[in-house]
Formats: sequence, C-alpha cells, structure tokens
Amino acid sequence: MSGVNRAFLSFRVATWLGWQIESNWTDPFLFFVYSIIKPVTSVMILVVMYWVITRTDTTSPYFAYMYLGNAAYIYVGSILVGVSWAVIDDREHYQTLKYIYVSPIKFYFYLLGRGMARFLTGTLSVVITMGFGLLVLRLPIRLGEIDWPLFAVSMILGLANLALMGLLLGAATLQMARHFWSVGESVAGALYLLCGAVFPIDVLPAWLRLLGYLLPPTYWLELLRRAVLGSEVSLAISPSLAGLGDGQLFLILLGATLLNGVVSIYFFRWSEHRAREKGLLDMTTHY
Amino acid sequence: MHKGKLFLRTIVARAYPRIIGANREKSWIFFDTFLPLLATSAYVFFYRAIHAPEEYIGLVVVGGAMTAYWLNVLWSMSSQLYWDKEAGNLALYIAAPTSMMAILLGMAVGGLVMTTMRAVAIIAAGWLLFDVQFSFAYWEVLLLTFVITMAALYGMGMLFASLFLLFGREAWHISNLLQEPIYLVSGFYFPVKALGFWIAAAASLIPLTLGLDAMRQLLFPGHPTFGFLSVKIEIGVLAGLALIFIVLSKFALDYLEKLARQQGRLTERRR
Repeated sequence: MSGVNRAFLSFRVATWLGWQIESNWTDPFLFFVYSIIKPVTSVMILVVMYWVITRTDTTSPYFAYMYLGNAAYIYVGSILVGVSWAVIDDREHYQTLKYIYVSPIKFYFYLLGRGMARFLTGTLSVVITMGFGLLVLRLPIRLGEIDWPLFAVSMILGLANLALMGLLLGAATLQMARHFWSVGESVAGALYLLCGAVFPIDVLPAWLRLLGYLLPPTYWLELLRRAVLGSEVSLAISPSLAGLGDGQLFLILLGATLLNGVVSIYFFRWSEHRAREKGLLDMTTHY
Repeated sequence: MHKGKLFLRTIVARAYPRIIGANREKSWIFFDTFLPLLATSAYVFFYRAIHAPEEYIGLVVVGGAMTAYWLNVLWSMSSQLYWDKEAGNLALYIAAPTSMMAILLGMAVGGLVMTTMRAVAIIAAGWLLFDVQFSFAYWEVLLLTFVITMAALYGMGMLFASLFLLFGREAWHISNLLQEPIYLVSGFYFPVKALGFWIAAAASLIPLTLGLDAMRQLLFPGHPTFGFLSVKIEIGVLAGLALIFIVLSKFALDYLEKLARQQGRLTERRR
C-alpha cells in the first residue's frame, strides 16, 4: 500500500473510531440531548450576562459579534483539545496506544482522524448553537448577506490551523507524565481569553493584546465575523484589527497555517522518536 | 478497634494522600489556579466590554473561585468511586472493615483543603489583577455560610459518588454535562435572581446557588440588588440541604455496598 493510501486509511479509520467513542456511550436520543444542552447552556451564560447589564434585545450587532465568536470557539475546544485527548484516552484510559502504534498506520494521520471525529461532534454543537441564536434569540444575521466565499475559506484555514495546533499539543502530551489532563484545557482557555472569542481584543491590556496578535485564531475569528456580520460591524467593534484588510487577514492566517503545518510535522517526529526511545507509548500513570 | 476511632482514622487515612500528595508535587498549583483564572478573566473582560459596573467584576471573581469547589465535587467526589473502580481500589474499599461513609468523608476533607487553596488563589489573583474590593465586615456570618455551603455541597458529592458508580461508563459524560448547565442555573457569573424566581428556586437544590448568593451579599453589602433571598433564609435552607444530602448519601452507600456484595459486578473493571 502506498504512503498516501495508508495515510488516508489511517485518517478514515481513526475518524470512524473517534466517532464511535464520542457517540456510542449512550442511546442516540440521550446523545442528542447531551449535544444540545452543553453548547446551549454555555452560550446562555453569556446571553444572561449580556442581558443583566444591557437590558437590551439580542438584535444588536455587538450581541451577534459575541455570539458568533462563542459559537466558533466550540471548534477550539473540540478539535484542538480533542487531538491531544486522543493520546490521553488511548494511552491512559483504554491502554491501547501501544497496539495502535504497532499496527500498520500513520500515527500522525491517525491523530488527525481522531480530531476529525471531534470536528463532527463539534459541528453538531455549532449548528445547534447558531440555530438557537437565529431562531430563538433572533440574531441579526441574514443568510443572503453572508460573504460565503470568505466564510468558506476562513473556515477551512481556521479549522486546519486548529487541527495542526492540536497535533502540536498531542505531540507535547506524548511526552508528559503529569498534568496532561490540563494542557488542552489550558491552551483552549488561553485562546478564549486572548483571541477575543467573546469580546474585542481592544478590551485587553496592551501586553495581553500583543499575545492575541500572535495567535492565528484571532485572525480566523475576525475573518469569520467580517464574512457573516459584514466588515462595517466588525470594524466598528474591534478597531485594533480595522487596519488590516480581508486579504491581509487571509494571508496572515494562511502563513500561520503553513508554518504550523511544518512545525507540527517536525515536532511530531521528534516527539514520536523520543517517546519510542523512552518507552512513553505504553506509559500509564493513573495520574 | 472502637467504631468511632476507626471512623476517624479512616477519614484521616483517605484525606492524607490528597493533602500530602499535593504537597509533594507543587506544580499542581500553577495548573489548578491558572486554568480557572483564564475563564474568570475572560468573563471579567466580557463585562468590561459591555461596560458593566465594577461590582460585577467582583461577582465574577467570587463565582470563578467557587467553580473550583463544583469541579472538585464533580470530578474528585462524584466520579471518584468510578475512578477507584477503574484503578482497582473500590473492591478493596468495600472489603475493608471500615465505613464507606468515612472513606467518602476523608475524600471530602482532603478535597476541601486542596480546593480552598485553589479558591483563595483565584480570589487573591482577582483582587490583585482586577482591584476587586471585598468587604469583610460580616466575616463571622461569611465563615458560617461558607462552612454550611461546603457541608451541603460535599454531602451532595457523597450522594453523587454512589449514584455515578451505578451509571457506569456514563459517569464521565454526566460529570461533563453537569458543568456549564450548573454554571448557568446557579448564577456563577451573574446574580441568580436574573433567571427569575422559580428557576432560581429550583436551582437552589444545588447548594452553591444559595451559598454563592449569600456570600456575594456579604462580600459586597453595598449592592443589595445581587441578592435572591435574605442571607438568613439562605443559611437556613443550606443547613437543611446539608442534613438531607448527608442522610441520603448514607442510604445510597449502604445500598451500593449491598449491591456490590450480592451481585459481585459493581467492582468489575470493564472498559
């Protein structure tokens, strides 16, 4: 079998396996309820906070800005954290990582496939969250006015970037014996704060804003908001990114994704080699 | 050995690894304070972005600190017997000539000590980073409220520990599911009365709802708009909840022990 075929097969089988792990712990109805409750209550926390202070309706552009960022952020939790969790799940919980590793697969693509499964469950949450926003909260989003090409391109690049960041985290997790539970959540929490998921990064102190500029999801979220809400809305709410045109944002995101791709391949190879040398692939710590 | 002495020694024995183990490896402090601080900070900046009055910053910081207790109850109390089953300890607990109640109490005491350090770190960070002004004018009542809230909360955790074990492999997902919805209905990041009387009243079954509300009223006495019920009533309800949860947890544990001995399947490790 050629390398490309093996990579594709590893990806496909891992996606199927990941989907089974994510969804077969209960019956489909309970899984569906579970998929609704978590994202909707998560966004409702922000909705109530917003309502308590502004007492205004949910059709204001700022509300849509916040809501959209929060919905897109679901992907950060599912993809980025999901890939690194696959290492923890397989090594510590199911204790199958060593068997998976010695099977004829491409481990890099296997982990990407596990991320893909989380992407699918994440998409379900995003669709439910956005559906709730549009139908119940009457978000001021007109489907006919969305810049669909910009939306599609930014989604593809943004999600690819998250998957590659997830692989970097997965490679780091492979080396860890302690605190690996917290790594994904720490990074996701930092991104929630620094990338302006629910507020414009202009609110952050200057030194934190600087960190936000260094993170690719900042540009992904801005591109998404411009595509869905229109550039005028996004520019008025987040002046610090107003100096950058759509093309510049796209190029920054593209560059960051390519860089992440190269770094993730080399870092992953190094981590994999070191894990084999030190016997970390079948390590169970019960930590 | 006298029953009472054995009970107390079991509590100490189960609390010991939690407290001493954490002191042996101090790196947890960074992860356990840094992680909740990130979410708390994000909510602080969200309030700042929508020009909320500064007292709401304090409200978020207190809520963020209390998330530590909720997470501890979910993951280190409610799910603990399930983890212990996975690690092979549960069968040993049940076979040991001591009370399961004492084992869970030891878990609660150990977890409470650790989590309090974490909560204090978040409060301190909130005070230093966001200049939150707390009032300690009613510190005695505050302390009483905190103690009763914790008794009720960890009593609920002890009850959940038995129930989660019966749920089997769904325990993980149930713990996961009980995070954001509880943050919402218990008003971790906004005054719970914003949800309306009946929702807030229903959410009061979770001890942190009233505990948090009472503590906020005492820490920020200049803002009576925060309160759902008066502090006196909230303390009374919390005391009742503490009693109910502890009694129920005793029944649940007895049932669990009986089931484990009769069927022999409860301690079975199956992934």
